[in-house]
Amino acid sequence: MRPVAPITELHPQYPLEEQPACRESQPFMEIDRLSLHYGEKPAFQDVTLAIAKGCITALVGPSGCGKTSFLTCLNRLTDLITGCRVSGQITIEALEVLAPHTDVIRLRRRIGMIFQKPNPFPLTIRRNLEFPLREHGIRDRTQLAQMIETALREVGLWDEVKDRLDSPALALSGGQQQRLCIARALVLSPEMLLMDEPCSALDPLSSGVVEDLIVRLRGRYTILIVTHNLAQARRIADDVAFFWIHHGAGRLIEAGTVTQIFEEPRDPLTAAYVGGMRG
Amino acid sequence: MAESMKKRLNMCEGLAFVLVWGTAALVTATFCWLLGDLVWHGLSHVSWTFLTAPPENAGRRGGIGPILVSTALILGVCLAVALPIGIGTAVLLAEFTSDHSLFGRVTRRSLDVLAGVPSIVFGLFGNAFFCKTLGLGFSILSGGLTLACMVLPILIRSTEEGFRAVPTSYRLSAAALGLSRTTTLIHLVLPAAVPGLLVGLVLGVGRAIAETAALIFTSGYVDRMPESLLDSGRALSIHIFDLSMNVSGGDANAYASALVLVVLLLVINSTVSRLTAYGLQRKIMTV
Repeated sequence: MRPVAPITELHPQYPLEEQPACRESQPFMEIDRLSLHYGEKPAFQDVTLAIAKGCITALVGPSGCGKTSFLTCLNRLTDLITGCRVSGQITIEALEVLAPHTDVIRLRRRIGMIFQKPNPFPLTIRRNLEFPLREHGIRDRTQLAQMIETALREVGLWDEVKDRLDSPALALSGGQQQRLCIARALVLSPEMLLMDEPCSALDPLSSGVVEDLIVRLRGRYTILIVTHNLAQARRIADDVAFFWIHHGAGRLIEAGTVTQIFEEPRDPLTAAYVGGMRG
Repeated sequence: MAESMKKRLNMCEGLAFVLVWGTAALVTATFCWLLGDLVWHGLSHVSWTFLTAPPENAGRRGGIGPILVSTALILGVCLAVALPIGIGTAVLLAEFTSDHSLFGRVTRRSLDVLAGVPSIVFGLFGNAFFCKTLGLGFSILSGGLTLACMVLPILIRSTEEGFRAVPTSYRLSAAALGLSRTTTLIHLVLPAAVPGLLVGLVLGVGRAIAETAALIFTSGYVDRMPESLLDSGRALSIHIFDLSMNVSGGDANAYASALVLVVLLLVINSTVSRLTAYGLQRKIMTV
């Protein structure tokens, strides 16, 4: 297993206009015939997909087709759900994600996750970021302060909260809470971010702010985002994977670049869905 | 037609009003009457000397000093044993056992049944097990341990509810940040579960401090100042029972002791609820 980059290295500071290209020949993550069952009931079956490094990949499809379940397999959050069975293979470089001996704590440090509903801890804004950092072994006060500032700047929250870092995080607005959650994931320097409809619980303005933020993260992080908003997928994604329900279980129908999926879909189902005729 | 319907509706409303307010007034009045009666008969006997002096002439004269000490010791033993076991079991049930597992169901059912067992049964069990089998005799230790058995079911169940009331999203987001289960439990779930724990604590302490039947057979009657936990000690509730039932002319001191007991209960309740509010606020602000 490749060692995780030491968390003490601060994020590389790219000027915002200048984003590194997202295309690389080697995919960041390869998923091979992945299936998930809750008890006897399949959530999705036989998904094979490669996630390009540094790109934004959008998962689209109707409700109940297993997109969120798919996301939770990738950082092994499925371990927490009783009666949940995952089969197939997920590889990140040489790391076998689903192997029983895989260190999930390190895995989850490499793969951050943002949930649909903003879920900051009931602590102060500062403690929300400090707590995970301390748990991962960073104690130095100056360093902590610097990393917290960097993460908050990265999500554009610093100027809004710098004077009230010690007030409760739950007093922030919904959009600010969601950006704080993104900062909380970023502060651990992950390589990949899983986002489960991060904008759907927000008002249109906050949603726009979070969407711009996601676009700015392109290139530095590999992003996999579930969205119900096709227009959003088209605006921000580099690649799109389209899921549909077949015989009660979700399946990956088609995956490709955003242009290919929206303009030259190979599958008639994809064409109907992105054309607004189905789903 | 419409007029008569309106009239009937008005009558219904009036009746409901009387019923709802009447019941509330009745409950409050009962409590006030009880408290008033205690204050009326008891207050004149309560003084510093009464609270500190030993009882004389079987409790007809003198005070309740040693009895307060015994009560505090019994309660201390009870909490020292019940709190760690209670919190541990609640964590096990709420965090590490699924709702449908056989172990969880059997444990929960047993606890619910135990919570409803009459205290005299606990008293007899305590007498047989702690006093005789373990050879602790009639002692504060036996009494405290018996009370702990009695309080545990309430404490565990309400603490467990406290843990279950903590949103799953905390656990999921903590896990997604690569935090271990223990860290999540100690730093996020436990503080959020504190209100439930304190509710259980108040209910448990209330039950324990007012307990008579379970203590008669375990901690005994002796009204001397206890010298160790292995001495027999008379709890406040037993003192009241004894004065009002077995000692002619003990009524005045019984009233005074009952007043002290009720005031103690009120003080404990309000202190705990204030601590909860204060503790939660501090937790959010500083930790």
